[in-house]
Amino acid sequence: MKILVPVKRVVDYNVKVRVKADASGIDLANVKMAMNPFDEIAVEEAVRLKEAGIASEVVAVSCGLAACQETLRTAMAIGADRAILVETDAELQPLAVAKLLQALVVREQPQLVVLGKQAIDDDANQTGQMLAALLGWPQATFASKVVVAEGMATVTREVDGGLETLELKLPAVVTTDLRLNEPRYATLPNIMKAKKKPLDKLTPFDLGVDVAPRLTTLKVVEPPKRTAGARVADVAQLIDKLRNEAKVIQ
Amino acid sequence: MSILVIAEHDNAGLKAATLNTVTAAAQIGAQLGAEIHVLVAGSACAAVAAAAAQIEGVARVRVADAAHYADQTAENVAALILANAAGYSHILAPATSHGKNTLPRVAALLDVAQISDVVGIEAPDTFVRPIYAGNALATVQSADAVKVVTVRTTAFAAAAINVGGSAAVENLTAAADLGVARLVGRELTQSARPELGAAKVVVSGGRGLGSGANYHALLEPLADKLNAALGASRAAVDAGFVPNDYQVGQTGKIVAPQLYIAVGISGAIQHLAGMKDSRVIVAINKDADAPIFQVADYGLVADLFQAVPELTAAL
Repeated sequence: MKILVPVKRVVDYNVKVRVKADASGIDLANVKMAMNPFDEIAVEEAVRLKEAGIASEVVAVSCGLAACQETLRTAMAIGADRAILVETDAELQPLAVAKLLQALVVREQPQLVVLGKQAIDDDANQTGQMLAALLGWPQATFASKVVVAEGMATVTREVDGGLETLELKLPAVVTTDLRLNEPRYATLPNIMKAKKKPLDKLTPFDLGVDVAPRLTTLKVVEPPKRTAGARVADVAQLIDKLRNEAKVIQ
Repeated sequence: MSILVIAEHDNAGLKAATLNTVTAAAQIGAQLGAEIHVLVAGSACAAVAAAAAQIEGVARVRVADAAHYADQTAENVAALILANAAGYSHILAPATSHGKNTLPRVAALLDVAQISDVVGIEAPDTFVRPIYAGNALATVQSADAVKVVTVRTTAFAAAAINVGGSAAVENLTAAADLGVARLVGRELTQSARPELGAAKVVVSGGRGLGSGANYHALLEPLADKLNAALGASRAAVDAGFVPNDYQVGQTGKIVAPQLYIAVGISGAIQHLAGMKDSRVIVAINKDADAPIFQVADYGLVADLFQAVPELTAAL
């Protein structure tokens, strides 16, 4: 069984982003980039399925700038066997990415696509669901446990009220949540080995996909700033403030 | 053209998130002169339909009652919405785990973008949404014929319930059961407390509590006194103090109560993303440099093991 793992290059989760002065977007100049943390969990899960003898091959995919090759090398250092970059300078929105992935699924014929539930830059939480819909496949989003056996995936999902377990007929799409696993650190030998693994390049044109954005960003601004309030000396003063100043308790 | 709101429910009752979503729909509807319809997909869900018919501003409730909607799997519900999408300029759902699961499928099948987690409506085609864990607000304009939108419920007031008022209730033909996904089981947290996403007071705990036993021993009595919901930081959930549905933050629940009490939470940006729109924030932490104090209205630098019982006793 082949697993396809789409990964996104995003601003590192530790970076405090800044809005551009002209409100046109986020200032990405000289900002540290990394693999979307949820996608890293997806790569780890796919590699574990391969190590368990359930998957035969793990193919990492990224869509975007040439620099996404670094992200794909990271995926291969974790254990993906090979990688595909769909290279474009165009702004890619989730629907466009889902269509690119759909075209790749048709080419690669995986039984399972595992990807992060959301990217920490646009926080859209759409791509996996859209891909599943375009393919007519079942989906299990927000996964905290994945078991694959006999043509089925049994997936425990983190939902608003607690946990829910679904049984899906393969092929299927799974999106990962935080507690699915803890991704390993890539070791130096594996980082070196990843440099020699195959990385193919395609373009949206090669895949016959129109990636034109549907949404236009009119402006990006900072949210209203919350300022630090007062320190209180003790519990008595805290209660007094909550009761008589903020009036949030009786 | 009308506006369709997808009801959030558990077959027995309508969830409050639906009311916030209707308010967002009403803001769009007022600009377009459009009617609001509510779609209920469920099984033995007549009570939900009756409740939806009493929401102020709702003109019509459309109900698909069939066994294969009992668990509201994304595949079947999306197919139903798609089959009934004609005549709608906007399709809205709350940005709950159910809405986030289902609506992107609808958008993809309609070949339109989805606008996620909307916090403001500037025009029927122009929406404000947080990006980068709420560290920026983007205003986006959709060029698509149908706008598929998930709504951040804390950004919109709940629509009123009009007891006695009743929108027309219409039964829909169920779409075919796709049979590709099956619910095996649910482990839902049982609690008599208010729902985390809608509570007026939230008491939230972090790694500083040290253990699940401490979390429960210290925070439950405080939450009882304040009739509060209980929340947690990612660190507390990862450490197994409490179940996943307690998590407040960028990828957990977004809350905006009147009062948020953060106990032993350092305040990572991912956590702040989930609670910084609370009206009043209280932080109790022994580390005076913890980032949580930068957003707290009232900060108490203290040992939580003394301060919390003292606070509980004094309320």
